[in-house]
Amino acid sequence: MSTAEITDERVARATSGPILGMVLFVASEAMFFATFFGAYFTIRAASPAWPPKGIPHLEIGIATVLTVILVSSSFVLQQGVRAIRRGDGRGLQAWLAGTLGLGISFLGLQLYDYSQLGFGLKDGIFGTLFYVMTSLHMAHVFGGVVFLGLVFTQARTGQLSRSRHESLEAGAIYWHFVDVVWVGLYTVFYLLTPR
Amino acid sequence: MAVTQAPTRELTPEPRGRLLVWLTTTDHKKIGILYLVNSFSFFTVGGIFALLMRTELARPGQQLIGAHAYNELFTIHGTLMIFLVIFPILAGLGNYFVPLQIGALDMAFPRINALSFWLLPVGGLTILSGFLAKGGAAACGWTCYAPLNEQLGTGVDLWLAGLILVGTASILGAINFIVTILRMRAPGMTMMRLPVFVWGILATSLLVILATPVFTAGLIMLFADRRLGTSFFDPAHGGVALLWQNVFWFFGHPEVYMLILGAWGVVTEILSVFSGRPIFSYRGVVLSFLMITALSFTVWAHHMFATGAVELPFFSITTELISIPTGVLFFVWLGTLWKGKLRFEVPMLFALGFIALFLIGGIDGVWAASPAMDFAIHDTYWVVAHLHYVLFGGTLFGIMAGMYYWFPKMSGRMLSRKLGQWHFWLQFIGFNVTFFPMHILGLRGMPRRIADYAPDRGWSFLNLVSTIGAFLIAISLLIFFANVLTTLRKPRSAPADPWRANTLEWATSSPPPPHNFDALPAIHSGRPVYDARVAEAGPTDRGSR
Repeated sequence: MSTAEITDERVARATSGPILGMVLFVASEAMFFATFFGAYFTIRAASPAWPPKGIPHLEIGIATVLTVILVSSSFVLQQGVRAIRRGDGRGLQAWLAGTLGLGISFLGLQLYDYSQLGFGLKDGIFGTLFYVMTSLHMAHVFGGVVFLGLVFTQARTGQLSRSRHESLEAGAIYWHFVDVVWVGLYTVFYLLTPR
Repeated sequence: MAVTQAPTRELTPEPRGRLLVWLTTTDHKKIGILYLVNSFSFFTVGGIFALLMRTELARPGQQLIGAHAYNELFTIHGTLMIFLVIFPILAGLGNYFVPLQIGALDMAFPRINALSFWLLPVGGLTILSGFLAKGGAAACGWTCYAPLNEQLGTGVDLWLAGLILVGTASILGAINFIVTILRMRAPGMTMMRLPVFVWGILATSLLVILATPVFTAGLIMLFADRRLGTSFFDPAHGGVALLWQNVFWFFGHPEVYMLILGAWGVVTEILSVFSGRPIFSYRGVVLSFLMITALSFTVWAHHMFATGAVELPFFSITTELISIPTGVLFFVWLGTLWKGKLRFEVPMLFALGFIALFLIGGIDGVWAASPAMDFAIHDTYWVVAHLHYVLFGGTLFGIMAGMYYWFPKMSGRMLSRKLGQWHFWLQFIGFNVTFFPMHILGLRGMPRRIADYAPDRGWSFLNLVSTIGAFLIAISLLIFFANVLTTLRKPRSAPADPWRANTLEWATSSPPPPHNFDALPAIHSGRPVYDARVAEAGPTDRGSR
């Protein structure tokens, strides 16, 4: 067997370039959000009381619904990935449409939540951290919806197949990451903030 | 697998017009050259700023520029040199030579490659456009500490916007490099046969991916504080001013290694080629690069000893630790030269100059790692001397070595050796005349970032010396530019391998065809071109090498 053949075989088994690229991008995004979490804990540690005085109590109800929506959207999307791995293009379309629906309802519900909170971006350090961190995350959800929307168009026009669906795999990695970031935000702002 | 695919680019007709070709290119070689042209343009701007500052400081008293303008100049000088000159030159050389050195057709994502280049001039001009804004350009130093960074005018916003663009460009570029290196290598090019320059770029890219987004996050926080009314760095509203320094240096120290790993790769390769010896310890180089990459995330607060808010022993020890792999590199360089048949071509001169100057800069760094020492020299001219010995004496000498080494490959023409020698000696002498006295000025207590000083402080003579040195450097660089421009007018005559080199880029013509290689040599070691040369020379000659 020549060297070229050996290499080709190895490459076929290895992660493809676009997916590796997405993994690296997600690594860099993880550092991006980690910085904000680091800032959160630095500021919280330096603060005499947490949450600072004058901040209305954060209702956990809507946030919990948001968490359920986003976490379940990851499972729905993964069903789509499994469908196309079996070669089931129609199944993929259905699961993708479900993911997009859940993503869009997450965005809508979070905007509604913002309108109910009773404090704003400029209301001291808690407003700063809450709105900057959650809105940057929201921008990432929006980016994910756009990305998966493009993948959906690809699926509808039959460009994805059992052997060729890198855009979907890459999109799924990104979507799961955005999901994990939300779980972090939910933990920090709702579960770890004393009532 | 790129090598087995047909070169698809050949199928699409190139757009007409030379300018349009350059503006729309996705060829890694053309993009590499765009990087170099862009960086040397910003280098000229940053260099003129440096000359203005040195002219102002030549004598006590204010002559040329006011204090605020001086602040703008050193801020933009530092920002340009770090983000738009040194880093992108290395990225440009990487763009041109990483695919060639690993035997690939192009980068993994050619269009993202073009995007990450074009964000650079846009970002750079955004930063520079601060000079047109009310209140002038950013005037808070390249580190732009809080709370000053929240008080200055629009220039800081433009500085932030520009840096976010440049940072995004470098993250995209880094992803591209890593995927290219991990996925596009020619058959036989195993990881432990990669040229050391490729390892340097790989380590740099890892740092970019993990450290640059931290800076981007900090820039966004600062922008939100300044324009959206948040209070990350504002203690009056519950923020923490020191948070900025932590975020900045958590990025800023890995950044220092992003600025030098590539240059180390260039110099290591050149020392091997021009001493006719294999690299003394290839594994030592690779391991050092990786150790430095990891350790560089643990040292950031040594920039903050004087704040009194950091754990001194921890950051002092990690900083001393990182000097160990750096020391290993020095021994590898010396071991490579040992008993070699040295050829003092211009690239070799710059590589040797690099070793001498980077040694001084490196030892400066080990000193400053001691908190006791650091308290005395913090924010003095000593620090200015140190950082220029590593970034200019180190990286820029390494870059110049690379420019002379690779110019024939990029252009098909050899740079004039005589002018190159003039360039080297003037730059080497000029550099030391400029920056060595700054050590003494710092020890005599001259603070950095001042536009003027009193005549009775005993700083006047050394400042004058330093200014004279700066103009010597300027002359040396004019010689370099003249050398490049006159050489480009000459006919192409450079052979494929003018230096008797080792790595794959010398196996193709100078300049390479659009598809890089007509035929790849067999790769059985880290020095395929050397292997081919030895095989051609026949068995009788093999013993004499």
